[in-house]
Amino acid sequence: MSTQRVLTITDKLYRNRYKVDEESHLWIKDPKMCLKCPFDFACIRVCPTDVYKWEENKITITYDACVECGACRIVCYDVGWKNPKGGFGISYKYG
Amino acid sequence: MTEKFDSVVVGGGPAGIAAAYTMAKAGLRVLVLEKGEKPGAKNMFGGVIFRHHTEKIAPEFWKTAPVERHVVEYQYWFLSKDSHVLLSHRNQKFNGRYNAFTVHRAKFDPWFAKLAEDAGALMINRTTVDDVIRENGMIVGVKTERGDVMADVVVAADGVNSMLSKQAGLRDELPTDAAVLAVKEVIALPKQKIEERFNLGPDEGTAALLVGCGPGMHAGFMYTNRDTISLGIGISINDLEKSKQRPNEIYEQFKKHPSIVPLVKEGELKEYSAHLIPEGGYEYVANIYTDGLLVAGDAAMLVNAINWEGTNLAMTSGILAGETVIEAKKKGDFSSNTLSNYRQRLEESFVLKDLKKYREIPKFFASNPHFFTTYPEAINELAYMWHVVDDGLKQDHVKEMKSRLFKQRSRLGLIRDAYHIWRLFS
Repeated sequence: MSTQRVLTITDKLYRNRYKVDEESHLWIKDPKMCLKCPFDFACIRVCPTDVYKWEENKITITYDACVECGACRIVCYDVGWKNPKGGFGISYKYG
Repeated sequence: MTEKFDSVVVGGGPAGIAAAYTMAKAGLRVLVLEKGEKPGAKNMFGGVIFRHHTEKIAPEFWKTAPVERHVVEYQYWFLSKDSHVLLSHRNQKFNGRYNAFTVHRAKFDPWFAKLAEDAGALMINRTTVDDVIRENGMIVGVKTERGDVMADVVVAADGVNSMLSKQAGLRDELPTDAAVLAVKEVIALPKQKIEERFNLGPDEGTAALLVGCGPGMHAGFMYTNRDTISLGIGISINDLEKSKQRPNEIYEQFKKHPSIVPLVKEGELKEYSAHLIPEGGYEYVANIYTDGLLVAGDAAMLVNAINWEGTNLAMTSGILAGETVIEAKKKGDFSSNTLSNYRQRLEESFVLKDLKKYREIPKFFASNPHFFTTYPEAINELAYMWHVVDDGLKQDHVKEMKSRLFKQRSRLGLIRDAYHIWRLFS
């Protein structure tokens, strides 16, 4: 049997349909708090689409990969989260 | 320019549409606001819709609705690293009187929403609600990016991340111990391949629950659609926070299980999705009404995790919310005085009766994750020892089985677990 290539998140997200807004619907309320994150970077660890990364002493957010599950929102009160504007964000073809 | 409706329903999923349909049918002026480009665009589940409850709105809906397959077989898989034990129930009664249908939400939800439209509700897509509007303590409408909309009653059917119930002051953040993250792939395969692999007739389907394939409290799920398979895993957020693996890594590990691989091999990934499920049960269904607002479906945390039910609770809560608004309209009273009848109706229906009956179960399993880890492992070891043929005598095999079982869980622990399970379900 052929060994199937491991699909990375990036590979997988190419299959999804998004309408990307110019403005992020996700933000960090107080970036200073991340420097001594009390949750061991739970936002990075629980996100199913690798939206959050720790780069140069701050959290970066690739909001266009977000599927709006809300996991980041409930594990950290420093995550700002709102619904994307109408029609924007993930748009499932199957669901 | 503000418009006034009898009711504004926020969210075009099963709960919102059931509410809108019920009210529009009774002649109320109803507006449905959906944030996605169409209903279902933001929705993901296992999953199935149930015939019994869907028929309350659309009799014989399967003749026209975009359903995938009707479920004839329910499977329970207990996985170990390289083995499984499978318990399965197939019944021809499910061919005579359908029980549940697999669907793709992005296809089914628009069809369902059309029923409310046909009944007279106004449906507006691509519209996100930003906040509630209050007047003298009453909620009297919602703010949207397209302007304000006024209504006698707002029905918040805006899903598990319900912003509206928070803005209405009905709940705080969704607690991590009440939330499960589901990660799922839709995998395309030719229809005939699916039917061969799952031993199914043309419209028949399988629904499967799989435990023993992930960290802490978790459950894999697998549903056959017409020419796709929905494969996914749900992991409690609390256990995910403790896990060293990311959600996609946990899913990939599950998908590579040697018992799963033959079922999905050569399949083409069509979509990768994730969603939270509010699985806390009765204890977490807190305030679901206030002056001028009702909460329905996932937003009210109406999910029965034990029986894998959600869409039926959503639809029923929507219908009951709709009926409550109709009653309020007759009385001309939209305060909690009348709207509290919604809670009463839910308590008297299967929705809260079932959840109340099983109220201790979510906490029990969350604090006893060995049901999802140790037991599947032990069951597989026992099955192996029972079947393996070697030089050993049967009495030695049985002895070995006992010693392996008690290594996994003490005699006292086993008795305690059996007692708890009996008590929780009886």
